[in-house]
Amino acid sequence: MAQLEIRNVTRRFGDFVAVDDVSFEIKSGEFFTLLGPSGCGKTTLLRMIAGFDLPDRGSIVLDGVDLKDTPAERRPIHTVFQSYALFPHMTVEQNVAFPLRMAGKDDATIRSTTRAALEQVKLDDKGGRYPHELSGGQKQRVALARGLVNRPRLLLLDEPLGALDAKLREQMQLELIRLQKDVGVTFVFVTHAQAEALALSHRIAVMNHGRIEQLDEPSRLYGFPKTRFVADFIGNVNMLDATVASTGATLSLALGKLGTIAAPAKEGAQPGQQGVYVIRPEQVSIRAAADAAPEPNQFEGRVYDFLYIGDVTTYIVDLADGHRIEALLANSLPGRARFFDVGDRVRVSWKAEAGAFLDA
Amino acid sequence: MRRSPLLVASAIAVYLFLYVPLAVVVVFSFNDSKLSAEWVGFTTSWYAKLVRNDEMLKAATNSLVIAVVAAAAATVLGTMAGIAMHRYKSRLLPFMVLTPIAMPEILLGVSLLIFFITTFGEESLSLLTVIVAHTTFCIGFVAIIVRARLAGMDESIFEAARDLGATPWQTFRLVTLPLITPGVIAGALMAFTLSIDDFVITFFTAGAGVPTLPLTIYTMVKVAVTPEVNALSTLLMLLTLTLIVVAGKIAPDAIGGKG
Ligand SMILES: Nc1ncnc2c1ncn2[C@@H]1O[C@H](COP(=O)(O)OP(=O)(O)OP(=O)(O)O)[C@@H](O)[C@H]1O
Ligand SMILES: [Mg+2]
Repeated sequence: MAQLEIRNVTRRFGDFVAVDDVSFEIKSGEFFTLLGPSGCGKTTLLRMIAGFDLPDRGSIVLDGVDLKDTPAERRPIHTVFQSYALFPHMTVEQNVAFPLRMAGKDDATIRSTTRAALEQVKLDDKGGRYPHELSGGQKQRVALARGLVNRPRLLLLDEPLGALDAKLREQMQLELIRLQKDVGVTFVFVTHAQAEALALSHRIAVMNHGRIEQLDEPSRLYGFPKTRFVADFIGNVNMLDATVASTGATLSLALGKLGTIAAPAKEGAQPGQQGVYVIRPEQVSIRAAADAAPEPNQFEGRVYDFLYIGDVTTYIVDLADGHRIEALLANSLPGRARFFDVGDRVRVSWKAEAGAFLDA
Repeated sequence: MRRSPLLVASAIAVYLFLYVPLAVVVVFSFNDSKLSAEWVGFTTSWYAKLVRNDEMLKAATNSLVIAVVAAAAATVLGTMAGIAMHRYKSRLLPFMVLTPIAMPEILLGVSLLIFFITTFGEESLSLLTVIVAHTTFCIGFVAIIVRARLAGMDESIFEAARDLGATPWQTFRLVTLPLITPGVIAGALMAFTLSIDDFVITFFTAGAGVPTLPLTIYTMVKVAVTPEVNALSTLLMLLTLTLIVVAGKIAPDAIGGKG
């Protein structure tokens, strides 16, 4: 059952179209993410859902009710702002109690509900503090508690982890998942960090230039990107110019002078069609040039450079005809930072069912 | 950074230039001599004489009434103007609110005088016209301070209030007002200070029946600079200074100094 429906929503600022005819549905209890580069219209869309801004065209429907005549304060939708937006003149407890006060709850209920909300984010001992006396992570948790305390139908989170350092970010990600599971409130999460989106979300809408490029589960977005933009934006990817040689159960692609490869079939692909072949570095195996590879797609090359990241090393391999491909290899032998050196002759290979042919 | 001796010397010279005359006034208000020429001995008799002077007390009362009422009115209107200037990024509004500050006082005084006389007649000049005139030029100062206070604030705080269920009025009462209160108080003190020692605008809008402290001092000085004038000036200086210090403590970001 769709809880929130976005129907053909468009928002213009002058000539500029910030949100361009966007439609999607969010299910009850879902952790839904809007992912996209800076300026793609995520915040604009979120502000229209919250009620701070109105669409020029289209409608926003919550639980079957069109929200166009409901002002922000009467929408059962709360927001966690990137800057936290805690009230600086109120204590943590007063901040969290604020939505309950506005809802006209009685004092006893306010007290017990606030206490429970603070316990949920492990801040029950910080109730008397003021926001400026808290760390970034603690402020973040207060903002979450305040957003959830009155059990909104929807919690909007606009890059809530953006201001935290990497370690804290990871910790808060886990807490977010736990919290969402515990309270069962639908989350609409905005981020431009693709790894964060993949880690947290049930479903992700990838936005670009005010439009949704692809809406899918994380594993499908990563594994089966539908457009070049999505493939490029999510994770690392090798991108090779390709022409369809023949179609059938598998696609045969000509990679210039490099030769042909086998790729998964694509609906509507025509022989002679130009596009790009994308494949993830971790799907590309690398071995010494002399060793035979079991995969049908294989090329010889020379190591141009490598990037040691700790758990894995990325090898950048020069193939014939100016092509270059990245291959990932886990550093499974202790103490060994690399298996190949710059200039080594190597063989890269991948399975026929890996990668995808996309429109250029 | 090392300071050059030249810089230090010129700074000292400027401060001397600014404060020596004030110091002289203070010192001679305690001088036991009718003439302000040379130091004779210490006395507080001029202050005692001052509080027994009916004319002076009347002027002081006038000044206080004007300052309190004008400051109160300017604070309410200026706060609203400050919020409006912050919220609606109109270019006309700041222009209208701030012009009275930038305009030469004499111009403001003359135009207010003409306005009062032509609209309400010659006999309209009274305590009320002075209050209206003072309110006019104080609004801008309050507005600037309140706007400075708002400008330093995270806009999403106010959106958060509405987002969490507060009506616009509740947002103002529970969030905006408490947050700008230091600015409002500083603005009120500023307005009070400006009003109590204003001469030019008061001179034009007061008519004959409303002597204020600055007007009275002026009248006295025309005859001679008596120690009594020094005493009165010293008291006024003390009051002004106190208010400015208090205002600066309450809203350091609005009243110069370190922000
Ligand atoms: N009030 C406005 N007036 C004019 N242009 C605006 C306004 N609000 C947003 N825009 C423009 O709309 C576009 C989308 O802005 P938006 O804030 O939605 O981006 P975003 O996806 O949230 O980006 P970021 O990741 O940087 O927060 C931007 O190009 C921005 O300049
Ligand atoms: Mg944004």
